[in-house]
Amino acid sequence: MSNAFSWIRPEPWGVHVVPADVWIDPGRAVDRALVTHGHADHARGGHGATIATPETLAIMELRYNTRKGATPVQYGETIRLPGGVDATFVPAGHVLGSAQILLEHAGERVVITGDYKRRADPTCAPFEVTPCDIFITEATFGLPVFTHPPIEDEMAKLLSALHGHPEGCVLVGAYALGKAQRVIAELRAAGHSQPIFLHGAMEKMCRLYQDHGVDLGELRLVSDHEKEAMRGQIVIAPPSALNDRWSRRLPSPVTAMASGWMRVRGRARQRGVELPLVISDHADWNELTQTIEDVNPQEVWLTHGREEALLRWCELGQRRARALALVGREDEDE
Amino acid sequence: MKAFASLLDTLVYTTSRNRKLALIAEYLRETPDPDRGWALAALTGELDFPAVKSSTIRKLMAERVDPVLWTLSRDFVGDTAETASLLWPESEADDDPPSVAQVVDMLSALNRVTAPKELPKLLDRLDANGRFALIKLATGGMRVGVSARLAKTAFAQSFDVSVDAVEEYWHALAPPYSELFAWAANGDAPPDVSNTPRFRPFMLAHPLEETVVDLADYAAEWKWDGIRVQLVRVAGETRLYSRSGDDISATFPELLDVLPLDAVLDGELLVRGNAQGGEEGGAASFNALQQRLGRKTVSKKMLAEYPAFVRLYDALVIEGEDLRERPWSERRAALENLMDRLPRSHFDISAIVEARDFDHLAQIRETARDEAIEGLMLKRRDSPYVPGRKVGLWYKWKRDPLLIDCVLMYAQRGSGKRSSFYSDYTFGCWDGDPDAGAELLPVGKAYSGFTDAELKKLDKLVRQTTVNRFGPVREVERTLVFEVAFDSVHASKRHKSGLAMRFPRIHRIRWDKPVHEADRIESLRGLIKD
Repeated sequence: MSNAFSWIRPEPWGVHVVPADVWIDPGRAVDRALVTHGHADHARGGHGATIATPETLAIMELRYNTRKGATPVQYGETIRLPGGVDATFVPAGHVLGSAQILLEHAGERVVITGDYKRRADPTCAPFEVTPCDIFITEATFGLPVFTHPPIEDEMAKLLSALHGHPEGCVLVGAYALGKAQRVIAELRAAGHSQPIFLHGAMEKMCRLYQDHGVDLGELRLVSDHEKEAMRGQIVIAPPSALNDRWSRRLPSPVTAMASGWMRVRGRARQRGVELPLVISDHADWNELTQTIEDVNPQEVWLTHGREEALLRWCELGQRRARALALVGREDEDE
Repeated sequence: MKAFASLLDTLVYTTSRNRKLALIAEYLRETPDPDRGWALAALTGELDFPAVKSSTIRKLMAERVDPVLWTLSRDFVGDTAETASLLWPESEADDDPPSVAQVVDMLSALNRVTAPKELPKLLDRLDANGRFALIKLATGGMRVGVSARLAKTAFAQSFDVSVDAVEEYWHALAPPYSELFAWAANGDAPPDVSNTPRFRPFMLAHPLEETVVDLADYAAEWKWDGIRVQLVRVAGETRLYSRSGDDISATFPELLDVLPLDAVLDGELLVRGNAQGGEEGGAASFNALQQRLGRKTVSKKMLAEYPAFVRLYDALVIEGEDLRERPWSERRAALENLMDRLPRSHFDISAIVEARDFDHLAQIRETARDEAIEGLMLKRRDSPYVPGRKVGLWYKWKRDPLLIDCVLMYAQRGSGKRSSFYSDYTFGCWDGDPDAGAELLPVGKAYSGFTDAELKKLDKLVRQTTVNRFGPVREVERTLVFEVAFDSVHASKRHKSGLAMRFPRIHRIRWDKPVHEADRIESLRGLIKD
């Protein structure tokens, strides 16, 4: 590449904005970081200064127990960084507080999506298409086999399993930040008004969502209740607890899992999932390709995921694209 | 097709046998004829559409999807049918998707020329689940863990009829089994199957355990180590059935034209050799027989190297006369009379073991390891031939198992109720002197033989002593000795230890025994009887 865009440099542990000396979602502690959202592979503790949306900062505070150097930026607000770089946080639709970051410098525009999805989500602000020259996008579900079905279908599957299994419970594995709250909010939207039981690891994050105005209805902790109380109810736990000793306290659970990977039968079987729910907070193949068309950048950079197929798709459409090898990024459900 | 696709999808994720039975039973109750019959045939692998192969599907996809995207997707998903079902271009939803029967009709009418033109039209009318079901149906190999036996049990459960009766009629009928459904679901007269070869459910034995029997009432026979089979000839047509009622005729073609009369005979299928029962023109070990099992076609070389024969136990029907109600002693006499008419090349009779009394029989059994690998059968002389296990009629008195001390090496989580427990154990023996730096080589795997309380303790030990994780498998510190019981051991090229144990199970957990006192591979190798 020529001098154009030389001010932005992908490195293995994050994207470096050279004139401002700030890093986007760095994988190790730096002096100044811009953070797209609160998942652990993007938001790490220990930075000198952290610039993020107020919701993301609250999530980081909950996880890392520190607010040192936190600078909140509202959606749509532009802040001036050193070296003549402007940064604007734009909703990404991934989880509460998630943002794309628009960087502008010397008349050039770069958008870093972080993780995103295009589907409606009652727990966060919707993705906004932002025109730019370089579009740095995730590619977690960057294979054409990944098409997430409408979430209403998956909720119907979950509720029908629940009603067909009144003597036990349905245990849903869902990541503690984002997925769990979205599943709960969608259950409420589908008319499920019974209390929902939570694994202890979910409690604080659910409360944080509620404090931010997301209605999750009545939540109870599994540890406060006897087995009997959970018959015919939905229990939500982190995926790691699904087939672990913890689940022995539940009344004959049907094991469900909410993840985009559940689209592939082998993945679900491997995890011993009996009721796969194809629910993802990431863009599926159609959303990824549609978004590239909508944004229509000069160049596409792919940060993490199954980028070969998306590279191939760009090649077939004669779009300039390259894959960045970022370290330590994985989907939170893996 | 929607209900069938949804059944198939749910079965994929269901590990519990009872849940599978309930799902299939519900489908059979709620689905009309002839769809349910075709679905049943598809689940048990009885449908074949030669015009549609996996390569047909790959070619169709090559015309629709970029080859690089196809390969990346196929590699990730790991299954051609599933990948194709997901990548097939979505078209407008069909308000009236085809029924299973319509799909079967269309598939049967295809040939290699028409298949590539007609299949896409069918695929266009279905959603992703429907396409998966269609491709699996068309190319065979459902692989959803439904055996013929499971399907029959589900059928019986569905309409509250006896599974033995279902067994009897099933094989005589062809898909979509309309008469079978008419009988079970509507109470019509049972299908007339008198002129068709069909399987009769086997009579089985209880373990003898502490029981002592009087040899005046019971006859003793060796329990041979082959596979139990039923040879059926009706109106000149011969079929061979396995213990589960599967038709295995194609696997043993040499037995299909040697029965000179119509009959139903119960016996042990063996291959020629000299490991078992030398006097009667010996049989090879089970290991040799295994070379012949599970093949759809058999080469001439296989037929020559491992010729099969049947060692007869019982006669159910001879020339149209049903002997099942008659006492064992009469059936035995009839069988002995029949032997003169059967070619010695393919039949012999399982000899009666003569003993003065029970103690004498026990002595004979003690010394019997060479001739009869499995042990003894005790049959009540007045027992009719009844399906399944009836208390007090037949006993199996297996010889005492072989025992060896092994060291726990790896553990894996179980499934179903045991999915939160490390309940499958891989264990090894020393490849030399453990005090001189010998290593452990895995020799077998077991997941039974312990109590629930012991399982809890084992699970805890695995979690506390894990040194490595490989997906669902944990490698543990070598701290625990299992006394492993097994029926026999054979040479095997597939295992690093060069050995394969039959029916290994945990006999005792030796919490007290230091691991260096566990057995060496040589001891195990010394027990090979091939």
